[in-house]
Amino acid sequence: MANVLEQLLNALALAGLLFLVSAGLSLVFGILRVVNFAHGVFYMLGAYLGFTTVALSGWFWPALLVVPPVVGAIGALLESSTLRFIYRRPPIYQLLLTFGLALILEESIRVLYGPTAKGVDPPPLLQGAIDLGGVLYPRYRLFLVVLGCTVGVAVWLFLRKTRAGLVIRAVAQNSEMADCLGADVVRVRTLVFGAACALAGLGGVAAAPMTTAYLGMGIGVIVDAFVVVVIGGLGSIGGSMAGEEE
Amino acid sequence: MTPLLETRELGRAFGALQAVAGVNLAVQPMELRAVIGPNGAGKTTLFHLISGLLAPTSGRVIFRGDDVTALAAPARCRRGISRTFQITSIFPELSVLENVRVAVQLKAGDNFRLLGGRSVLEASEQRARDSLRLLGLIDRADELASTLPHGDQRLLEIAMAVAQEPELLLLDEPTQGLSPEDTVATVGVIRQVARERKLTIILVEHDMDVVFDLADRISVLHFGQLIAEGTAAEVRANADVQKAYLGGLD
Repeated sequence: MANVLEQLLNALALAGLLFLVSAGLSLVFGILRVVNFAHGVFYMLGAYLGFTTVALSGWFWPALLVVPPVVGAIGALLESSTLRFIYRRPPIYQLLLTFGLALILEESIRVLYGPTAKGVDPPPLLQGAIDLGGVLYPRYRLFLVVLGCTVGVAVWLFLRKTRAGLVIRAVAQNSEMADCLGADVVRVRTLVFGAACALAGLGGVAAAPMTTAYLGMGIGVIVDAFVVVVIGGLGSIGGSMAGEEE
Repeated sequence: MTPLLETRELGRAFGALQAVAGVNLAVQPMELRAVIGPNGAGKTTLFHLISGLLAPTSGRVIFRGDDVTALAAPARCRRGISRTFQITSIFPELSVLENVRVAVQLKAGDNFRLLGGRSVLEASEQRARDSLRLLGLIDRADELASTLPHGDQRLLEIAMAVAQEPELLLLDEPTQGLSPEDTVATVGVIRQVARERKLTIILVEHDMDVVFDLADRISVLHFGQLIAEGTAAEVRANADVQKAYLGGLD
């Protein structure tokens, strides 16, 4: 019984991280119709930038706040300088481009940080284990469960309740018509791409204390995220949440 | 009176095919103008040229005295030209109200500010509800758009365009695929909308009863060219028009 609980929590903690990555992947596919191979690298970038922020400030929490917007801005910049120009081309062009971006970013991180993994300490509050009715469970993993759920609810509320969310859902359903109605689809795409990268970056920062920041973590997570996104339905955020449960 | 919309020698070629050729239109404010013509006469192409979905290969489009030829569809929409499509174009997975609200928001722009959007959201929701009330769809506001019957989906499309508070409304075959009763109802609604919102409307239509019933003036296209223009009676009596519809004019 205790074992089952532990496994369940492990699954949920992992699902929390995976959700942060796959929600963005799904969002980007829904709005931009691009299968973004570079998405995992933004997760990795988040982990490394998290390491740097913690190393500089000595605190974990600022990293969680500062890194996602930075990763998002880098993503938005890359979208508007490269991807933007090839949406009308066949999908193979976008695959090659995002794959190329992934390789370039991964190598850049290798050059900057070196080949060894970088460990990040969880904040003192989340160190050690907690006693859950006879099962000792790492506090940090529980935090990941909470984080995944919180961000999931926040993303859902954002898409359902805000003006921007409505525009994003409309563009996802029919971008040509949204364009006719006056939407600046070009800008919507950049913002969504940036937001998706920010989510991946958040996932990376959150993952670092559990997995360390290491080269190849981007490729590892993107494979799992693709599984989640395909099971949940490409372009569907709700599906992306449900897909985790598998 | 200066026309609200003018086209000057407007033309569009697709390769060797001249879909629209040298069309001169002048539509007065608050006029209800119908564009008719046999299949393939270039009516929908003309609509695309006016709404900015297609760029012309010759000629100009003048709206409220400004040359808007170089502007794309979203920019023309923001200036006050809204349209519906021949094939029903709604967002199927949004609610009826959300469909209209997104039309309002997209025209207004500035949807990505993080703060202070609450009052704007309420204002756009109010405008969306007003428009739905005008089109008689307010009771279905919370239903998913895809679950509406076809006739109501066409009305929803008009509601979306009307909610954008345009000066010029382009309706592309608003009664297409509707039952006779729905057609009568839709004609009534269009007339009411035109009156209440003081709209200028250009309408492409196949159903002659609808056209003669609604339009102040009628323009007849044939092989991309304007062959006649006038009131219903004048157009009906026009020999060229009769020949075009009987297939005699080449």
